[in-house]
This record gives sequence, C-alpha cells and structure tokens, in this order.
Amino acid sequence: MDRTLEIAHGTPLDAALSASLVFDVAHLFAGALVLISFLMLYQDRLYALLKVFALQAVVLSLSVGWQALAQDAPHLYVTAAIALVFKAVVIPLALARMVARLGIHRQVETVVSIGPTMLAGIALVALSLVVMLKATAAVGGAADALAREDLAFALSVVLLGLLMMVTRRNAVSQVIGFMSLENGLILAATGAKGMPLVVEISVAFSVLIALIVIGIFLFRIRERFDTVDVDALDRFRGGRA
Amino acid sequence: MSFLSGLLVDPAPLLVAVPAASAVLLALMPSYRVGALVNVAACGLTFALALLLFGAPRIAGPFLIVDDLNIVFVVLNTFVAFTTAWFSAGYIAHELETGRLTPLNLRFYHAMYQVLLGAMTLALLSNNLGVMWVAIEVATLTTVLMVGLYRTEAAIEAAWKYFMLGSVGIALALFGTILVYMVAQPVVGEGADGMIWSVLMKHAHNFDPALLNVAFVFLLLGYGTKVGLAPLHAWLPDAHSEGPTPISAVLSGLLLNVALFAVLRFKSLLAAHPGTLAPGPLMMAMGLGSLLLAGFMLYRRRDIKRLFAYSSIEHMGIIAFAFGLGGPLANFAGLLHMTMHSLTKSAIFFAVGHACQVKGTQELAQIRGLTTSHPLLGWSLVAGVVAIAGLPPAGVFMSEFLVVTSAFGARPWLALILVLGLLIAFGALMVKLSAIAFGEPSPGTDPVKASFVPMGVHLALVFAAGLYLPPELVAWFRHVAAVLG
Repeated sequence: MDRTLEIAHGTPLDAALSASLVFDVAHLFAGALVLISFLMLYQDRLYALLKVFALQAVVLSLSVGWQALAQDAPHLYVTAAIALVFKAVVIPLALARMVARLGIHRQVETVVSIGPTMLAGIALVALSLVVMLKATAAVGGAADALAREDLAFALSVVLLGLLMMVTRRNAVSQVIGFMSLENGLILAATGAKGMPLVVEISVAFSVLIALIVIGIFLFRIRERFDTVDVDALDRFRGGRA
Repeated sequence: MSFLSGLLVDPAPLLVAVPAASAVLLALMPSYRVGALVNVAACGLTFALALLLFGAPRIAGPFLIVDDLNIVFVVLNTFVAFTTAWFSAGYIAHELETGRLTPLNLRFYHAMYQVLLGAMTLALLSNNLGVMWVAIEVATLTTVLMVGLYRTEAAIEAAWKYFMLGSVGIALALFGTILVYMVAQPVVGEGADGMIWSVLMKHAHNFDPALLNVAFVFLLLGYGTKVGLAPLHAWLPDAHSEGPTPISAVLSGLLLNVALFAVLRFKSLLAAHPGTLAPGPLMMAMGLGSLLLAGFMLYRRRDIKRLFAYSSIEHMGIIAFAFGLGGPLANFAGLLHMTMHSLTKSAIFFAVGHACQVKGTQELAQIRGLTTSHPLLGWSLVAGVVAIAGLPPAGVFMSEFLVVTSAFGARPWLALILVLGLLIAFGALMVKLSAIAFGEPSPGTDPVKASFVPMGVHLALVFAAGLYLPPELVAWFRHVAAVLG
C-alpha cells in the first residue's frame, strides 16, 4: 500500500513516520466507526442503542478532528465540534428524554431477527470494500490509499445505517439508523481532501434540521397515537395503499 | 436607469432573493388574506424575472450559472408556481371556512411556499454541486412540512414516509456528490473548483471513469428517489394525496422536475466522458419500470389524488426513458413531454382540488357525474385527463408520439414495452374518467367559488401546443436537446 502523505515540514524520515502515523490513526477511527455500526445492529434496548450511537458520534468527531490536523484544515474542527456536541450529547439526550416522556416501548422491535441482519451487514461491508477499492484503483496521486479506504469504510457505515433503517420498526431506532448513515457521509466528506466548506456546514446543518423535523413529527405522532411504532401508522392506510 | 439595466443584465440572483425575502415577509404577516395576495404577487414577480433570463447573458459565476438548459426549467417552474399560487389563494380560503386549517397554519403555509420556490430556483441556477444538493434538501424538508399540514393520521403517516425515503435518497445523492468531488480533485485541484459545474464539464474527459460510474449510480438512485422512479416511488402517492392540493400540484409539476434536472446534469457529465458507462440504459430501465408499474397500479386506485399521483410516476417514467434514450430527437421529446406534463398535471390537480372541495371527499366512488353537477369543472377535468392520457390534439399526445417514434427508431423492442405501458395507463384513466365525469351525480352540488383562470390557462397552453408550437420554442428545445447529448 502506498503510504506517502503530504507533510509540509520535517525530514523525509520524519515525514515517512508521521505519514504512516496519520494513515494508521485515520484508519483506526474509520474502522472503529464500522465496528460500532455493527454494535448498533445487535442492540435490543433503545437506551443502549442511544448510548452506542453517542459512542459512534464521539469516534466520528475524533476522526474528523484527526483529519483536520492531518490535512491542516482548521474548518474541519467545526464539523468535529458539531459531531461531538450535537450528535454525541444533545441528540441522544433529547431522544432519551422523548422515549421516557412518551412512554415508548424500550425494546427495539426488529423486522428480521438479529442473526440474519448481522450476516447481511457483513455482506454489505464486503460489497462496499469490493466496489470502492476497485472503482478507486485507477485514481492516482498522493494520499490516495487513505482516501480510498476511508471511502470504503464510509460506504460501509452508510449501508449499515440503511440496513438498520429497514430492519427496525420503531420510529426512534429508524431515526438513529438515519443519523448513523449521516455519520458515514461525514466520514466520506472529510476524507475527501479539500472538500469545500459549504458542504460540511450544510451537512451538519441538515442534521440539525432533521432533528427539528423529527422532533415535530414524533410529537405530532404522539398527539394521535400511544406508540411511535411505525407499524401502528399502517393501520390508517385502510384501502388507500 | 443603470439600476434597471443592472437588473436586465443579471436577474439570476434576484430569482433566489425575491422568494427568500417574501418568505420572511409572509412569516411576519398576520393576515392570511393579504398573505395569499402577497404570495401570488411574489410568484408573479419571480416569473417575470425568470422571463428576463432569456435576454440575460449565459454566464457561469462561482455561485450561479445561467445556461440554455436551466432557463427552460426555471421559466416552467416559476410559471407553474405562479398559477398554483393563484389557485391556492381561492383553495385555501375554502379550507379555512371548513375549518381544516387555521390562520396560523396558513401563515406557515405561505412562508413555506416561498421557501420552496426559492430553494427550487436555487437548485436549478446553482453552479455548485453542494449548493444544489442543499437546495434540493431544503425543498424536500419544506414539502415534508406541508404534506403534514392537516395533521390527520394519514397526513402524518405520509409525511413520515416521505421524510424517511426522501432523506435516504438525499443521503445517497450526497454520497454521489462526494464521489464526484473525489473524481474531480486530482484533475482540477483541491478546493471549491472541484464542485463547480462549469469547471467539471470542462475537465470531464480527464476524469477517472470507474469512480465516476459509481458516483452516477448513487446520484441516480438518490435523486431518482425524488423523481419518483420505480423502485423508489413509495413516498409519492401518499405525499400527493394527504397534503393540500396546491402542494400536490407543486410536487408533481415542479419538484419532480427539479430532481430530474439534477439527474440530467450528472448525465451530461458522464456523456462528456467517452470512457464511462452509458447512463442511458439505467435510466431507460427505471423509466420503463415506473411506467409499467404505475400503469397497472392506476386501475386499483380508490382515491382521486392518489390516482393522479400514480399518473405522475407514469409520466416521469416516460420522461426518464426519453432522456435515457438520448440523442437529439428523444431529448427533444423528453423536454417537451416534461413541459406538457407539468402544465397538464397541475391543471388536473387544480380541477381535482375544486372537485374534492365541492364533494367533500377524495374517494373516487363518491365523486361522480361531475359534468352534470358542475359542467365547467367537469369538462375541464375531462379535458385535462384526455390530455394527460395522450389523446390528440393535446401537447402530451405530440410529445408521447415523439418519444415512441424515436424509441422505435433506436430500440424497437423497448418501444413495444413503452407502447404497452402507455396503453395500459390510457385504459385505466379512461375507465376512471367515465365514472368521475359522467353518470348520476353524487351529492355535493355547491357551485365552485374559486377562480378557474389558472386551470384554463394551463389547458389552453397544452392544447395550443398540440396544434402549433412556435418555431422559436422548437429551435430552443432543439438546441437544449443537442446540449444534453
């Protein structure tokens, strides 16, 4: 694997060492994000799921912070801070409050049982590695090994988030699946070197909007139903389908 | 004078600024009656500005781009937004009377209408991939809020479903956008340039084809969700049937087009590179799938707005098929069909909105004999449905005919499937129409108070286009079709 990364200062040996360090640490964080996605797949309690999601957000913020350091791109610290404050603290706390106050079932209800879901998850990760590593093989230039593998991990996180959304019945766990999917997107966006600022802020902003909208929705749903189980909504479809 | 000529030179920023300012104004305005008028006026002003684009220079700045392709979309969008605002002013007054909406709801609704218009215009005019993505996301979120406006169980379910599917689509599109940046970055360098359309198009032939292919798949799936293409269409019927009718018209006539515009932009990026996979077959497959699926689904509808929502899926399928086929003729047909569909479908939703209000229901079984009880409304609806079903002399007939002939020229087997799909949908619409328009009228015979002008204008345009297309318009569309490749 080509591990030459651009480092602005230092002797070649220093550069090589720190390049390898940059690579390894970034790799560690990205891999950890994928593992935490798997961890989220087999939680069966909502509170535990929220905690694992908060953990993923913390790791994401470390990963983004590390990219900011390695790419010498200070604006990425903003993205890291947003991940830390909103995704790791505010959102899980707000959702936990909501679960408590609305008396939502604390059990995560699944469409498919955990075992097959995990297997599907493994298949998705394999798929994203194969697709991304192959598709990016021809892109030349410095820092590419890192960008390529980051991208493969990011796609894995995105697909695992998607899997979680489709295999869960509760609205809250679907929302968590969606936010985990967005974690993958941020990983991809920050791994792409020099991606314009507009996008990072907009991504973070959209998360905020998403939370507001979701909040409104959950409360609106609460006005009419005793549960936020999406299945309950299906009753009202009647003959309309 | 210099101020005026400044406006004439560059109306593009104003096209975004006017709706944004009106949104703030409308949010602060307590009276819903004045609000409705301001909404119409702001849309009219935006449409007038859009017309100025024809005379504006074709420039690609760091933020906005004006080219022949997006002018077509902007003018169509602002026009339909204007007529829909007009229709909406009468429609919502009735909703207020029946107590389905409160004045506070309406204030929110009007502000959101302008945010939606501004976001759509920004998405069309933006020269930056990221900004376009943000604008489409904002447009989605505002429509989610509007779909949930009635707060009934069904409306909440529809909004939730739309929100979830729309978010997944938008997330996939963002991933595709990031991939496009990664493709561009080694060629055009780091930073903002890697997201600027005009720069990307210039350097497209140097990009890495493999990664560009992957990016396109994500973008097609992502934005395709918003177009309502076949496997990803599930949100569309619910969102159309549960929201206020003006929003159904805006969704069908405008938002689907904006998402399609995004797909077309990326398609032309791929077309500029000889080494990439042809984007056409993917779009054709999704298009035909949508057409067939929607054609069969039309038969079993019991809700009138759902019926026409499926008809929108059908037509977006035809349009995606035409653009997927590519080439000057098919692209021309696609553009024409898109224009005709926007005009016709919004006219139908105007008629449907009036019909639902006089009958007090959306159930097809309870909306019968409209031509007897409300002759003008009934016959307008008949005209609209006849047009959308593709009968001559409406413009939709001509554009469908062009799609079919170009398909027979290029891919005869696919053309057979296309014709089959068209016939299936045609049959379904005729069966439903005869029940709605003719026979013993169902109860609910109050006269329609709202204005028929928007609907009349749309239908007149559609039927006029079927008989005579101005040569300037043909030349314009032909030019754009050639640009699309």
